[in-house]
Amino acid sequence: MANIKRSPWLLHYDGSSCNGCDIEVLACLTPIYDAERFGVMNTGDPMQADILLITGGINAQNQPTVKQLYEQMPRPKVVVAVGVCACTGGVFKECYNILGGADTTIPVDIYVPGCAARPQAIIDGIVKAVDLFQKRLEEHYEKKRGQGGNEVSANG
Amino acid sequence: MSMTEIILVVCYILFAPLLGGLLDGIDRKISARMQRRVGPPLLQPFYDVVKLFSKQVIIVSRSQIFFLLSYFVLIVLTGAMFFAGTDILLCFFVMSTGATFLYFAGMVTSTPYSTMGANRELLQMLAYEPAVLLTCVGFYLAEGTFNVSEIATSKYSAILYLPGFFIAFVFILTIKMRKSPFDLSTSHHMHQELVKGLTTEMGARNLAIFQVTEWYENVFLLGVVGLYIVNASYYSLIAVVLVVLFTFFLEILIDNTSARVKWDTMLKLSWGVTIFTAGINLIILMIIK
Repeated sequence: MANIKRSPWLLHYDGSSCNGCDIEVLACLTPIYDAERFGVMNTGDPMQADILLITGGINAQNQPTVKQLYEQMPRPKVVVAVGVCACTGGVFKECYNILGGADTTIPVDIYVPGCAARPQAIIDGIVKAVDLFQKRLEEHYEKKRGQGGNEVSANG
Repeated sequence: MSMTEIILVVCYILFAPLLGGLLDGIDRKISARMQRRVGPPLLQPFYDVVKLFSKQVIIVSRSQIFFLLSYFVLIVLTGAMFFAGTDILLCFFVMSTGATFLYFAGMVTSTPYSTMGANRELLQMLAYEPAVLLTCVGFYLAEGTFNVSEIATSKYSAILYLPGFFIAFVFILTIKMRKSPFDLSTSHHMHQELVKGLTTEMGARNLAIFQVTEWYENVFLLGVVGLYIVNASYYSLIAVVLVVLFTFFLEILIDNTSARVKWDTMLKLSWGVTIFTAGINLIILMIIK
């Protein structure tokens, strides 16, 4: 079993966030917190990402996008909802266009509450996600044996 | 082929990825220290490649893996030929062919970011190719041979005749090693305007192959830097190591202190520097030799 814990690459998606959590996510990469200590990289490319970091709630317009990003990420993958909006919908929950938290659209593994979530809490969430990421690899190997190979075509 | 050359080729094929990965790790560590961060562990590039190999492979285009493997094989062949002491001109031709396969690997996916990145890769080739060819010409004028083993065992270091060519080569090394300001086609850093450019549609195993090929290529390119310094004396090897490490540090410094330029600026700058430094050097060399 390969040790993949030391190399989690992030994909950060901003839903209908107020940008508070997004700034805190970026703060994790600054010299004070430096998430790259754990091998974390902010890729911006779903094909290369391991952990999907969602900030902000899901609305009618970004729902297909979130779904597509999740599907484009290769297994094993972990989803982290950052901030109370991504967890439940937050203060925007009752808005006519908001469907709720990220878990209305894709399976969320780790919830990081807070408004805005503090960088310490986000890094804590990522560290938890990394442990899960390693566990998912075992599941991935089992599925791989089931489907008879490691390859899937993007065109279905 | 002599015994030393066989040993060198075997060492290159076996240890170049280790050395390249280690240099990449040092690069990330020094870059982090320059930004006052702690930075990732030294072996981080290896952790990344191990992870990439164990992930699920999502295929965007069936032929992409063929082009990437061709790129890999040709770059390994380039380095192997170089360390076997064969014709340097041929080494660079094989390297360019390999780079063309990388262009195809980006192009077959026919997605916007990847295609744009591939087009920029061609522009980068256009920018560095004159300096690369002039390097070969310079070596021939200075040493009277294209043969790497004869250049390496000549009485005086080639840099004594070719300081201008050396500057031009180090300048285009920034393009070849994908360092800012010339990391147009794809970047090691997060979030550029083309997402990941050329490598946007490469995930898992395909990206790992690309990464390992880069390591092979970097070791070969630093080997060419060393060829400028090396001579028949064994003491010159110490100078080779020092100059190669200094050049590598210089690339990291440039990477961290400059912003990405547009393609036309890159072309003008690289051709300008090449024509100016290597051109003047060439004219002087032709007059005195």
